[in-house]
Amino acid sequence: MSWLTNFVRPKIRKLVQKTDVPENLWDKCPSCGQMIFHRELNQNQRVCPHCGHHMRIDVKTRLELLFDEGKYERAETPRVATDPLKFRDRKRYTERLKEAQAKTEEQDAIVVAFGTMAGAPAVVAAFNFDFMGGSMGMAVGEGLVAAANLAVERKAALVAVPASGGARMQEGILSLMQMPRTTIAVDQVKEAGLPFIVLLTDPTTGGVSASFAMLGDIQIAEPGAQIGFAGARVIEETIREKLPEGFQRAEYLLDHGIIDMVVPRKELREQMGRIISLLTKRDEAA
Amino acid sequence: MATYLEFEKPIAELDGKIAELKHVANGGDINIAEEVAKLQAKTEKLLKQTYAKLTPWQKTLVARHPERPHFCDYVAALVSDFVPLAGDRAFADDRAIIGGLGRFRGRPVLIMGHEKGNDTQSRVRHNFGMAKPEGYRKAIRLMELAERFGLPIVTLVDTPGAYPGVEAEARGQAEAIARSIETCLRVKVPLVSVIIGEGGSGGAIALAAGNYVIMLEHSVYSVISPEGCASILWRSAEQAKEAAEALRLTAEDLKQLGIIDEIVNEPLGGAHRSRADTATRLGEALEAALARFDGMDGDEIRRQRREKFLEMGRQGLNA
Repeated sequence: MSWLTNFVRPKIRKLVQKTDVPENLWDKCPSCGQMIFHRELNQNQRVCPHCGHHMRIDVKTRLELLFDEGKYERAETPRVATDPLKFRDRKRYTERLKEAQAKTEEQDAIVVAFGTMAGAPAVVAAFNFDFMGGSMGMAVGEGLVAAANLAVERKAALVAVPASGGARMQEGILSLMQMPRTTIAVDQVKEAGLPFIVLLTDPTTGGVSASFAMLGDIQIAEPGAQIGFAGARVIEETIREKLPEGFQRAEYLLDHGIIDMVVPRKELREQMGRIISLLTKRDEAA
Repeated sequence: MATYLEFEKPIAELDGKIAELKHVANGGDINIAEEVAKLQAKTEKLLKQTYAKLTPWQKTLVARHPERPHFCDYVAALVSDFVPLAGDRAFADDRAIIGGLGRFRGRPVLIMGHEKGNDTQSRVRHNFGMAKPEGYRKAIRLMELAERFGLPIVTLVDTPGAYPGVEAEARGQAEAIARSIETCLRVKVPLVSVIIGEGGSGGAIALAAGNYVIMLEHSVYSVISPEGCASILWRSAEQAKEAAEALRLTAEDLKQLGIIDEIVNEPLGGAHRSRADTATRLGEALEAALARFDGMDGDEIRRQRREKFLEMGRQGLNA
């Protein structure tokens, strides 16, 4: 402790303290290790300008870059029962929820929005990975059901953007039941003759990947995204071997015929708009 | 030699005493009938006491009991003219999921389910009931076959979960499970599911998105195994008991939460103690469950199933 903080009274201390300097002026690319100035990184949609590595982005940025001119209309997502199991591990589930809500300023791990993509109307249901790892519980399930209903109502395509570790364990069996529930939701969109497109982002695993997220008419993934059913650690423990290079990455899934395409972030809006226009026989966007 | 679970030690001791008495008396002319009857009454009382208040973790152990009846045992007991069908027509036949045509109490059905196996050799052959993509794709094919011929589908669920492995991922494990769930929900014939042992996560729901879902009394059904949950949330698999409590994975819990429709009581001391009796009880419940859908048309059957799942969790949870 310096003499200054010892001697100066608290209120005055504030005056002499250094003003906050943003710490993260520079980001280090986790893939190539290059330092990137944060403004440059943000302008580049958080894609490393050196190696093209796609970093995770928050849900608001995601919506802005998917919709034309970054404009969209948010839809209300239904309220659900909170903590029906009164779940408690080392911490209460209600506490974990409150923390996540305070951190993200969102109610739960899904955001539903309506807008256009290269002119084509679309409802986007995007996961918020910062909210308890994007885990799928009742609120997320209801959000997808609401998004599907909205798509049918507005005769728009449904675009799901998962970023999730899987089911939310703290909701037990009720989280497992979101697998059939979200499956029904997206089937209703398909039955209405509307396209259901999935944009798989990093990461998409577990109960999310094994339900609606693998049922798209068109399956798109962002470069490098981890996508799979079982977690890499679980597989390693089961087979007691090192996993192959690039395992469960977007490009691996493309090679194995599981997805249609890997699309860089900056081309997503155009490409998805094009697909929706073609599938719904829309006239070419002006 | 019967397998006793950890918490069944006192029962094992009594059984041991009875066996010993019988052995000693064998050939001799000592009358032991009275003593044996006494001990047997004691065992029965103890079994009743123990099994009346099994903890969720103990139920998990019973559900995984190596002598618990499995898919093939129920088929042998309940289905005549069974014609097993194999393969996904694309890659392989996954013996973790067995299925086929058969006659259940006179009614032609398609019955399928996970098979865990009963000894080392068969457990390996059935991969301990952990299916790979080809298993779920076989299930999809069989469900579509049943739909084409208007046969009701019965699924018996008993799996630790879908197989986590490199080849399973390479062939699209997630997609196969998703499609299997989708097919369960789409078919226009009745689908009755029974959790007969372990209902392990995505691997279970892939066959369990049915019109009517039954659980055997001591089976468990959960989004994750207690060990898996404990190692993630408690950072140690040692806390599996606590996790089992927290997950609410027993038949009683799931009935209360509105996830399942019916519980079939097991004979005293669990299904593995009276396999034939268990099969009969399950048979009765299945017959009644299938009869519910007699006369219902295909669209209605599908609508009922969808609405049931859509309504789950919407009411009665935050009372």
